[in-house]
Amino acid sequence: MTQGAKIWGLHLLILVVVFAAQFVLPSYHMTNLARIMVLAVFAMGYNIAFGYTGLLSLGHALFFAAGFYAMGLPIWHLGWLPLPALIAGLMVGGLLAGAVGLLALRTAGVSFMIVTLMFAQAGYLTLLYLNTWTGGDEGFVVARTARVLGGLDLATDTPRFMAAFALFACAMLVCLWLVRSPLGRVMVAMRENEERSRMLGYDPFRIKLIALIVSGVYAGAAGAAYGMLFGYVGATFATIQYSILPMLYVLLGGAGTVLGPFLGALLMFYLIDITSGYTDAYLFVVGAALVGLVLFAPKGILGTLRERIAPWLP
Amino acid sequence: MAAVIEARGLTRYFGGLRAVDGVDFRLQQGEIHGLIGPNGAGKTTFVSLLSGRVPVQSGSIMLNGTDITHMPAHLRVRAGVAYTFQITSVYPRLSVFDNVALAAQSRGAGDVVAEVADALNRVGMAGLEQALAGTLSYGHQRLLEVAMGLALQPSVLILDEPTQGLASGEIAGFKALIRSLVPQTTILLIEHNMDVVMDLADRITVLNFGQVLAVGTPEEIRMNRVVQDAYLGVDHAAG
Repeated sequence: MTQGAKIWGLHLLILVVVFAAQFVLPSYHMTNLARIMVLAVFAMGYNIAFGYTGLLSLGHALFFAAGFYAMGLPIWHLGWLPLPALIAGLMVGGLLAGAVGLLALRTAGVSFMIVTLMFAQAGYLTLLYLNTWTGGDEGFVVARTARVLGGLDLATDTPRFMAAFALFACAMLVCLWLVRSPLGRVMVAMRENEERSRMLGYDPFRIKLIALIVSGVYAGAAGAAYGMLFGYVGATFATIQYSILPMLYVLLGGAGTVLGPFLGALLMFYLIDITSGYTDAYLFVVGAALVGLVLFAPKGILGTLRERIAPWLP
Repeated sequence: MAAVIEARGLTRYFGGLRAVDGVDFRLQQGEIHGLIGPNGAGKTTFVSLLSGRVPVQSGSIMLNGTDITHMPAHLRVRAGVAYTFQITSVYPRLSVFDNVALAAQSRGAGDVVAEVADALNRVGMAGLEQALAGTLSYGHQRLLEVAMGLALQPSVLILDEPTQGLASGEIAGFKALIRSLVPQTTILLIEHNMDVVMDLADRITVLNFGQVLAVGTPEEIRMNRVVQDAYLGVDHAAG
């Protein structure tokens, strides 16, 4: 078996397992898994910028929220149908990432973190300021009638799971293809040594901008899908918390691995879900887990696995 | 002979330091041109101006008749000027294959796998494709750096102290490799190892304090008293 076949085989197997989970999971966990898959798409996008290209952004909540609002507002105010609204969500995520990138990519490192954070905060405050149209910090509910896609009511368990899975599968396969493509190799080269890459004929600004736009499309798609599947759009999703979450998922699962974001989202989600059932101080447990991660597996779970036993893992 | 690169009045100051001070320079098609000079003479700054890593303050650079004075570095690489770093600058966490593939695919190579194999063959590193670049010996990393330059298939290859840290056996192989590149590729060689320069170069430019001290064949340079004073350290007063 060639290495390529092994890699595609593994990822398809994971998809089959996740798909099959719906037949054995109770309703509560099925909804959780749908939520995790959508959050994993967000984290996969974050991973394309951070894990592969080395762009440590603190502003991805802006692109995530852009997906929510670009999907939700036209439905609310203009009566759009779900499909064009979802497409608007991912496109606006990408456009906004491109616009932010044009300015923020003039900086690097810590400055890049601060500039992206500022853009995201400005976006959040804009949502509050325009509360007549956005619903401010209360947000708004996406009309139940606008959540029927192709005859499937996305407010019910199985169609919601299937929709989340479809997005998740597409996102993962595209990500796997991307990181194994020549462009993916150049993205990694930018992360590893920008100056060397420039002297091999690559324009760092252009490559990083492309990576950020793809990342924004992922975040926008995830935001639009989240709002559509769970029926609510709110400014909470534009807060800094939602810039940090995908970073934690990626760090936990393994930055620069295709499956890492999903694994990280899955583990973090259930870590919070389970510990919050026992104690109010569940964030303490999360913090302890992250400290343990930094101490014992700074490359994340799959990053460590790749280093030790599976160097072929993309 | 046609000039591949022609620089006129090239100047770059760093504060009060005249790193490169009004240098005129012609690189002729198909030659191996040595660039020598004492430490701090401005050699690396000069080639950084040619490759676009450092912006030109004044003067002009022509590449095959086209003005590239203000062309960004990555476009100069695509236009055919490749630069290999003085301090080994491979991607240590990527495989040898990926290192060379990045160079090959940069100019749109049709069959990246074959071109990588060819470049590695030429530097004698066939079979090391899957090794992580960071785990290679220093000599191999230097050769990998050269392989990356070759995979770009440049018209001008600038080598910044390529033999530094190579064992003497490796140097012999390296000289043969460089000779095999001309005349398709024109070579600009910065080198401290005098035996290598004198042996390889068709012409040599000597820099001192950012200015051109002399240009000539290895024999002319060897006999040049000013160069001997400034650099070669031959005590001709006694001889």
